Amino acid sequence: MTAAFPHRHAAHCESGTIATLLRTRGLDLSEPLVFGIGGGLYFIHVPFVKLGGLPLTAYRIMPRAIIKNLTRRLGIRMHYERFRDADAGMRRLDELLARGVPVGLQSNIYWLTYFPIDMRFQYNGHNMVAYGKRDNDYLISDPVTDVTVTCPADDLKRARFARGGPFPPRGLLYYPEAIPARPQLAPAALAATRKLCKDMLDTPIPILGVRGIRYLANKVENWPAKLGEKRARANVAHVIRMQEEIGTGGAGFRFLYAAFLQEAAGLLNRPALQDISRQLTEVGDRWREFAVLGAQLCKGKESSASVYPRLAQLLRQCADDEQRVFTDLRAAL
Amino acid sequence: MKAKDVPQEDSILEGHRRACYALDDSGHYTVVPSRGWEVEKIVNGIANADLREELEQVRQRALAGQASPLEYHMQRRQMTPALLAANTGIWSWRVRRHLRPSIFPALKPAVLARYAAALRVTVEELTRVPTQPE
Repeated sequence: MTAAFPHRHAAHCESGTIATLLRTRGLDLSEPLVFGIGGGLYFIHVPFVKLGGLPLTAYRIMPRAIIKNLTRRLGIRMHYERFRDADAGMRRLDELLARGVPVGLQSNIYWLTYFPIDMRFQYNGHNMVAYGKRDNDYLISDPVTDVTVTCPADDLKRARFARGGPFPPRGLLYYPEAIPARPQLAPAALAATRKLCKDMLDTPIPILGVRGIRYLANKVENWPAKLGEKRARANVAHVIRMQEEIGTGGAGFRFLYAAFLQEAAGLLNRPALQDISRQLTEVGDRWREFAVLGAQLCKGKESSASVYPRLAQLLRQCADDEQRVFTDLRAAL
Repeated sequence: MKAKDVPQEDSILEGHRRACYALDDSGHYTVVPSRGWEVEKIVNGIANADLREELEQVRQRALAGQASPLEYHMQRRQMTPALLAANTGIWSWRVRRHLRPSIFPALKPAVLARYAAALRVTVEELTRVPTQPE
């Protein structure tokens, strides 16, 4: 099976990994469908939680929530294992691979040397599939790379057993144990979409959902005065990295979710979702404008004083547009 | 975003390609591999320039005897004292103490070996800093 592993290129590591695992077990779902039913989209800006000294901004839900939501909604039983001892965790992986079971792994991306050096940082939430072993190298189907890769055993061991920081993997490995013969996709997609509308629109907490985007807009305006030019730029750069660099399919998962809405239109027999997908694509294009303007600021092309209010203005437009999109979406369900 | 507008610019991907979702000619979403986007390169460059700058400052301080080589190698792996403590199983307050240039030279080989293993360097490398920036 190692010669022709059914690798598929995906935008996001978590949706791609679970899609690959299910596909090898005969349930072939697209990444957008997995992402949508897994309720992957979100927005959150938390100034008091810092990653490498920069405030946490995420365009999606918590790590591992996509897998949990998806498998719960489709009635898939998963097997999870964590390990106290790294050698035991590697032996167990070898054992499963020898039996021909493709295995999902959580890992720290810093130690995965098949990624370009500038993209590697101490982050514990990466997911990929191991499907074989050749000599001292593991055969890896990493959904965010366009082809399968190999990973030296020492890299993988370090990546799986990195300690400290948020979400330590503790050697987590997982695979589907039982998949229903005919999973009920339509009710699952409906429930997930309703939940997302609620989370984006109705949150009482100002740092979440659409309110979180407006909250970020206010923060961005104040960054230069509060932090000084250099830190303010670093903060803007960080937001854009979370939006574009870390594997979002573009525009902080907005395009990926718009792709889900296209698929859901047919699945749920709600043609109106096609139009809402188109609207969300436009919001995504605006998020990309935000990224372009922010990058010009970082490059020093723009005189900075005037840029922060413009960035904030773009964010407020994104917030207003998303408010409209999710209100329409809820009405269309 | 339309498929033809997906950026194919020189970036940080070193020949890898990133999956973007974009609209094909008939308006359907499809995966379009991207070679990179200049925007990514710029914002990633900011983050990495900061890391390199911090690392170089530590290296200079270590050469001047104001920081330990351990601090340099910790920084090189993008770790904090807390992260290094977690990865070595050495208590955080001890790690912070070991980072002091006056304490570091007296560390026992067994302790050095634990740091070296966690930082993926040899013990020999751990006790020195490079004379040139890496």
